[in-house]
Amino acid sequence: MSAVQELFRRDRVFDFMVPKVVDGLDLSHGTVLYMEDVSVAFDGFKAINNLNFYVNAGELRCLIGPNGAGKTTMMDIITGKTRPDTGTCWFGSRMNLLQMSEPEIARAGIGRKFQKPTVFEFHNVFENLELSMAGPKGVWRTLRARLTPAERDRIEEVLELIGLADAGQRLAGALSHGQKQWLEIGMLLMQNPMLLLVDEPAAGMTHQEMDRTVELLTSLAGEHSVVVVEHDMDFVRALNSRVTVLHQGSVLAEGNMEQVQRDPKVMEVYLGE
Amino acid sequence: MLLARILKGDRGGQVFLLVLLATLIAVPLLNALPAEHPLYLSTYTVTLLGKYLTYALLAVAVDLVWGYLGILTLGHAAFFAIGGYAMGMYLMRQIGERGVYGNAELPDFMVFLNWQELPWFWHGFDQFWFAALMVIVAPGLLAFVFGWLAFRSRVTGVYLSIITQALTYALMLAFFRNEMGFGGNNGLTDFKDILGFSLQADSTRIGLFIASGVALGLGYLACRALVRSRLGRVAVAIRDTEDRARFIGYKVEHVKLAIFAFSAMLAGIAGALYVPQVGIINPGEFAPLNSIEVVIWVAMGGRATLYGAVLGALGVNYAKTWFTGAFPEVWLFALGGLFVLVTLLLPRGIVGLWRRREAAS
Repeated sequence: MSAVQELFRRDRVFDFMVPKVVDGLDLSHGTVLYMEDVSVAFDGFKAINNLNFYVNAGELRCLIGPNGAGKTTMMDIITGKTRPDTGTCWFGSRMNLLQMSEPEIARAGIGRKFQKPTVFEFHNVFENLELSMAGPKGVWRTLRARLTPAERDRIEEVLELIGLADAGQRLAGALSHGQKQWLEIGMLLMQNPMLLLVDEPAAGMTHQEMDRTVELLTSLAGEHSVVVVEHDMDFVRALNSRVTVLHQGSVLAEGNMEQVQRDPKVMEVYLGE
Repeated sequence: MLLARILKGDRGGQVFLLVLLATLIAVPLLNALPAEHPLYLSTYTVTLLGKYLTYALLAVAVDLVWGYLGILTLGHAAFFAIGGYAMGMYLMRQIGERGVYGNAELPDFMVFLNWQELPWFWHGFDQFWFAALMVIVAPGLLAFVFGWLAFRSRVTGVYLSIITQALTYALMLAFFRNEMGFGGNNGLTDFKDILGFSLQADSTRIGLFIASGVALGLGYLACRALVRSRLGRVAVAIRDTEDRARFIGYKVEHVKLAIFAFSAMLAGIAGALYVPQVGIINPGEFAPLNSIEVVIWVAMGGRATLYGAVLGALGVNYAKTWFTGAFPEVWLFALGGLFVLVTLLLPRGIVGLWRRREAAS
């Protein structure tokens, strides 16, 4: 009886009528990502264990931790690839990420760079960026899509930004490892996301490339929120941001690099060497 | 112009369409020559060529999903056969009283099975427009339902190929049953006329040949337009890196579903043009081997080029006709050998040879 009454409450609509994808990101509380009490287990192994993690709007955040600490799993949860067993995950104050599919999350404004650079190898660099562009992505609209001059300018602009201005017509598969990394970051930028999840951006880069990556990521923060997962401590130090240390699926410590480095727990599990 | 835009930069396609056009003009002329003329083409040959053209359209449909979307379909002959059955049902209804049993309403096999009235799904097939609609809708719908289930569960790669194979096999078993109402083992045959024209007449056969050629040309252009669009680039992106496409915001399942269903419709049209030319459709057309053969045509011609699929379909089928006439027992060995050779030496098919030479010069 009470269940039926619940069903007919007049102060709210039926659950199935609540729009899953809310238009517009609500950042009025200054937090772009909330993850609370998140746990996920694979065959009994707790990859993520009661994780609480918040990212402020416009913040640049580094995520470090030993192998198997759950960094990639965490990204999988945020982008909808893995569903947690328990916990909540909100994008802004109104979008429930756990009810959205991967493309919905991507369109809502979360971009992700994979650990291994993943670009469309049989398309040229320009096309890679074109496909990643924010905008309608339905089947019919995509079939009829035409590049407008403004969009072309935007692509040229990003090509310039990622240092591939001369490589627009080259096949992405023919790029060097570092260039692929950059292209993938460029593809993220084309999506115009509010939150960028960047998994090991500096892997396989030379020192000069690394410096430019640092520059790029730092310049993105402010307008976008950026979460960087990285193993290279010099790179993390250069980013000069808040650092979260993950260990066995939960947060071990948080603070700036110096504080974290002095933390005895962290020294024991990670920086001890 | 639209045509110029679609074919821009597609040298192979331009050549192919010109050759097709020339063939469509030349063949009826050669057929009209007196029979003792050295260049005379018999009506039998014309019908054979028409059959090849429908195969070529089927190959283009397969190349669209395999070459550009990365779905190795081993069941596309099922859509071809269903389109064929829809056309066959229309042709059956056209027989009318001229059947062996002289029943105006029921096709012969139903009279033979002692059925009293037409099954519900046979209604409407006395109208050409309805049958023509079903030629497209029935395969499209089947592909849609099948694709919706398969793509949503994210079945990919070999597993998907196996399910498509199972689909066509299951349909073959189903259509073999008399209770299905599609003529069982014997299928549908003994057709008399189409749209009032006798199927035995030379002019009708020429007409069907031209219709097949036009369908192939239009089908090619439609596929080329799709491949050239941004949707086509998304399809290739999905083929190469499905996850990346998904995390960029494309609903991979929707893209796959739309293209797969479109391809099934093309296959259905090919089947519908095939049936009046060969004069029979039976469950053997669903045989898994047929679908695999289509894949071989595409592989031989050159995957992801569209015109390569046409080349492969025509080449292999011509070879098949010649071999089965000259050395019937050798054909399957030749086909197998050819496939192995092409895979080893020409991974990009026959078209790859030409492209390589072009790149070198």
